[in-house]
This record gives sequence, C-alpha cells and structure tokens, in this order.
Amino acid sequence: MWFAVLAGAAGCYALKYVGSVIPVRILEQPTIKKIVLLLPISLLSALVAVQTFASSQDLVLDARVPALAAATVALKFKTPFILVVLLAAVTAAALRYFGLAV
Amino acid sequence: MNAALTDWNIARRQIAGNAVSIGFAVAMYGVSFGALGTTTGLTIPQTMALSLLMFTGASQFTLVSTLASGGTALTAVIASWLMGTRNAAYSMRMTPLLKTSGPGKLVAVQLTIDESTAMGLAQDEEAFQGRASRLAFWATGLSVYLLWNLATFIGAVSVSAIGDPKSFGLDAAIAAGLFALVWPQIKSRTDLSVAFGGALIALALTPIVPPGIPVLAAALVSVIVGWVTSRRLM
Repeated sequence: MWFAVLAGAAGCYALKYVGSVIPVRILEQPTIKKIVLLLPISLLSALVAVQTFASSQDLVLDARVPALAAATVALKFKTPFILVVLLAAVTAAALRYFGLAV
Repeated sequence: MNAALTDWNIARRQIAGNAVSIGFAVAMYGVSFGALGTTTGLTIPQTMALSLLMFTGASQFTLVSTLASGGTALTAVIASWLMGTRNAAYSMRMTPLLKTSGPGKLVAVQLTIDESTAMGLAQDEEAFQGRASRLAFWATGLSVYLLWNLATFIGAVSVSAIGDPKSFGLDAAIAAGLFALVWPQIKSRTDLSVAFGGALIALALTPIVPPGIPVLAAALVSVIVGWVTSRRLM
C-alpha cells in the first residue's frame, strides 16, 4: 500500500512541476494560450457532470441533481461560495432523509 | 494613492474571506476522504500521506476507490496520475501570473489544484498589478492545504462516528463546489460551449471507459475549440 501512496504522490507532484517549467515562449503562442485558458473550463465542467450524474460507471439521477439545480439558482443570484455548497448539501441530505431521492 | 490603498485593502479582505470559505467547503469533503481512506484498508499514516504529499483531491479519491474496488496498486497509481494531469495544465496557466522562483516555486507547485487555480483566475489578472491573482492563489492554496489535511485527519480517526457521507449530502456539496469554481470562468459563448462539450463527453464516456478517463477526454474539447478559434482570429 505504501508503494501506491508514494508512487501516486510522486507522480502527481511531477505533473504539477512539469506544467511550471514549460518555456514561457510556448505559452505565448495564441493557440497554446487559448487552449490553456480553456482547459480548466472543460475539465472542471466534466468533473461537475461526473460528480453529479455518475455512480462509478453508471449514470444515475439521484438527490445530487436537484441539489445542483438549487446551487445553480444560488449562483445566478451571486450567493457566496460557502452558501452555494451548503445549500447543495442540505438539499441532497433533506431529500434523502425524507426518502424523496436516493 | 490613499484611494488605491483602500481599494486594495477591501479587495484583500474579500479574497482572504473567500479563501477561508473555500477551505471550509473543501474540508467537508476532506473528512469524507479521511473516512474513506481508513475504511478501505489504508492506515491513518497512509491516508494522511496522500493528503499531505499528493494533495489533489480527485487523484486521492481515484487512488483509494480504485484500491477499494479491487484494482491493483499499479492501476490505482496510474489512475491517480491520469486524474492529476490537469494540474500540469493549471500549473502552466498559473506560472506566468505567480512569478515565483526557488523554494517558493516548489511550494506553489504543490498548492496548484482546482481551487487555488480557479480562485487565481477568477480575479482580474491586471488588478493591483497582478497582486489580486497572486493573493487569491496563495491564500486559497494554503487555506485548502491546512483545512484539507486537518479534515483528513479528523475523518481518518473518527471513521466510525460520521456514518455515510452521502446522508450529509457531501457528494452533492462537492459537485456544487466545483460548479461554483467554474462559474466565474465562463465569460463568453465559446467558454460556455467548452463547458457543455466537456460535460457531455465525460458523461458519454463514463459507462464505457475506466473512471478518470472521461474527465481527461473532456480536455480534448478545449484543445479543439482553442485551436479552431485562435486560427480564426489570425
């Protein structure tokens, strides 16, 4: 288990480091600049989707969906981050507690 | 001069407040990571080592859940690396804004994660000569590092007490947290189509490829859209 923990951690640090030593002139190219600017958007959006609809390799509709809908409304009204997160947690927890969703 | 200083003080306080809020939001998930780590057979030191050394939540969850679902140590390690590749992109994006070198750079590299990058990029890059972006990155990175590790420890040692993290809605909380992070980055119709494209590709691939890969595949949307739109401008 220590092998998995340490090898995983070393690789993840190396990945973070590699990104920081790529020469700046490469970053200045318009295409690279645009791609790098857009990368966090597609990755974070994919994570949101997976975190909302995936249960290991199955796609499911459960309490996370109405919770994310509540968070969306909160974001539209420029609600502070912590309240958005709490609202989603409370929505999902309440729906599960009352047996309205899994 | 005075007016500028006052503006900076207001901005600084706001950024610091947001950084602490994000730290606490992430900590809720850190508790569940700590609990998951020790319930799936890792020791408390091993679980803590992941939060201290790996420090990228998605990779940590990927590693632990791959081990828990019967994957070998090697597949768990590779899955965690694949999940961590996006940090290379974040690091590439943040490096020109941070202007660090030496030991400071090694620390900044370790703190480069979803939350610190998103907070850094959520600021106007030119605001206060870039100080707003830098402060947002450092404050968020440090706040998340401290609270994530504290939370991991609490979760790992009190595993029997917290019960099912889902009954507290923690899975929904992390989805909402990630959504709140990407929200301010979507500033144009192109950004919006990249967001939807990435989400749809990830969901389409989820049933057919191993966990971790769908999110990586979504990165292709950024590559294609970035390439096409920058060509059009030239």
